[in-house]
Amino acid sequence: MTKYIESFKKYRFLLRELVKKGIKLKYRRSYLGIIWTLLEPLLTMMVLTLVFSTFYGRKDRAFPVYVLTGRLLYSFFSNGTKVAMKSIRSHAGMIKKVYVPKYIYPLSSVMYNFIIFLISLIVLVGVSIVLGVYPNWWTLTAVIPLIILFMFTLGVGMILSTVSVFFRDAEYLWDVALMLIMYTCAIFYDTERLFKNGVDWILRINPVYSVIKIFRDAVYGSSMFTDPYWVIMPLCASLVTLVIGFGLFKWKQDNFILHI
Amino acid sequence: MPKYAIEVNDVSMKFNLSKEKVDSLKEYVIKFLKRQIQYNEFWALKNVSFKVEKGDRVGILGLNGAGKSTLLKVIAGVFKPTEGNVIRHGKLVPLLELGAGFDSQYTGRENIYLYGSVLGYSKQFVQERFDEIVKFAELEEFIDVPIKNYSSGMRSRLGFSIATQVEPDILILDEVLSVGDAKFKKKSEAKVMGMFDAGVTVLFVSHSLAQVRRLCNKAIILEKGKLIACGDIDEVSAKYEEIIK
Repeated sequence: MTKYIESFKKYRFLLRELVKKGIKLKYRRSYLGIIWTLLEPLLTMMVLTLVFSTFYGRKDRAFPVYVLTGRLLYSFFSNGTKVAMKSIRSHAGMIKKVYVPKYIYPLSSVMYNFIIFLISLIVLVGVSIVLGVYPNWWTLTAVIPLIILFMFTLGVGMILSTVSVFFRDAEYLWDVALMLIMYTCAIFYDTERLFKNGVDWILRINPVYSVIKIFRDAVYGSSMFTDPYWVIMPLCASLVTLVIGFGLFKWKQDNFILHI
Repeated sequence: MPKYAIEVNDVSMKFNLSKEKVDSLKEYVIKFLKRQIQYNEFWALKNVSFKVEKGDRVGILGLNGAGKSTLLKVIAGVFKPTEGNVIRHGKLVPLLELGAGFDSQYTGRENIYLYGSVLGYSKQFVQERFDEIVKFAELEEFIDVPIKNYSSGMRSRLGFSIATQVEPDILILDEVLSVGDAKFKKKSEAKVMGMFDAGVTVLFVSHSLAQVRRLCNKAIILEKGKLIACGDIDEVSAKYEEIIK
C-alpha cells in the first residue's frame, strides 16, 4: 500500500501535466477556445428546448434547466468514458518507451473531462438564475451526485480502457450502449409517464439517471433524500464499478504492451 | 550498501505472435468457437541471468533480433518479464527513446514540463533546471514554437538535454550518443563521459564493437534471447569477433 502511495506521489506532477495537456489541447486550434465549453451546452440546450417546447408544447418556464442538467451530466459521462477508453491506445507511444504507472492515463482523461465539465456548470448557474430557479441550502448537496458521477465514470472508464486494448471494436459497441444510456436518462422527457406505465425499472437500473435525478433535486433546491434509493443505488454502483475497474486493470495491465 | 546495482534473475520474455492479429470481438468469438486461435510463441529472452556490480560499465553485444532492446526495456521497467525478475538499486535513467511523451502540438517549453514529469521529476526540479535545459539543447529561439515544427535533430537534442538533468546511479544507453549534429554529438558525449567519471553503472547497447571496447569494462553477448557470454571486455569481445566472422 505504501508502495502505491509513494508512486502516486512521485507521479503527481505527471498527472497534473496530463490533465493540463488534455484541457489545453482540446481547444488549442479554435478561436473561441475554452468559451466553447460554455457555448456548446448552451446551444444544445436551445435546440432541445426549441424542439420539445414548441413541437411538443411543454409549457414550464424552467424546462431549459431540466434539459441542461441532464445534458451536462450525461455528456460528461459520455465524453469521459470515451476518452478514457482510448487513453491506453492513444498513449501507446509512451507506454512502449517509458515506465509510468498505467492507471495515470485513464485517470487523467477522466479528470480533465471532469474539469471541463465543472467549468461548463457556469452555464447552468446563469440559466437557472435567469429563469428564476434560485439556489438554497439544498443546492449544496449537488456535490454528492458530482462525486458519485466522477467515481462511476472513472470505474467504467477503467473497464473500457482495459477491454478496448484487446478488442478494438469495443469502441463501436460502447457507442451503441451510450445511445441506450442516453435515451434512458430522461434528459429531455418527463419521467411521469414511465412511472405510470410501470416501466420505471428502466430508470431505476440506470445509475446515470439516478445521478441526474438527484442532481436536479439539488438544483431545484429540494431534498434528494426523500427516497434514499436514488442516492444509495448510484453510490453502490459506482463503488462496485471502481473496484471492478481497478481490479481488471491491475490484472491485465502488464499485457497491454503486447497488444498495442 | 548492496554490492550489485542490477540483478537480472532468470528473466524470460515471451511474445505471442499470432498468425493473424485477432483484435476484434467478432473474430475472437468466431475463432474461439472454431478453436482456431493459435499463437506462435516467441521467446525474446530465455533464462537470462547476470549481475552488474556498482560502477561497472557493461556493453551488450548481439546481432539484430538477439533481444538487446527487449533486455534493456525489461531492466528499465517498461516490459514486465514473463518469468524471473530484475532488482535495481539506485536511480535509473534510461536514455532509450529520447522524447517519448513529447506532444507534437505542444511548444518546446510545455514539452520540457511534460517530459520532465514523464521521467518522474518534480515540478520544482524542472523549474530550477529549465534554463539549463534550454541552453544545453541550444533551442533558445525556438522554445515557444510547437514541437511539430522542430527538426528531428532538435527534438532529440531537447530530449537528451531533459533526460540528462539528473545524476543517475544507473544509466541505460541505446546508441544515443549519436544525437544531433557533429557539434552537439561532441557535447553530448562529453556529458555522458562526465557521468561515467562520476562512477555511474552503465548498460550500453551498440553494434559497434570498437565503441563498446572504448567505453565498457565488461560485456555480455546475447544470441537469440540467450545469454552466451558474460565477463571482461577483452574475453567477451574476442568471442564476439568469432561469432560475427
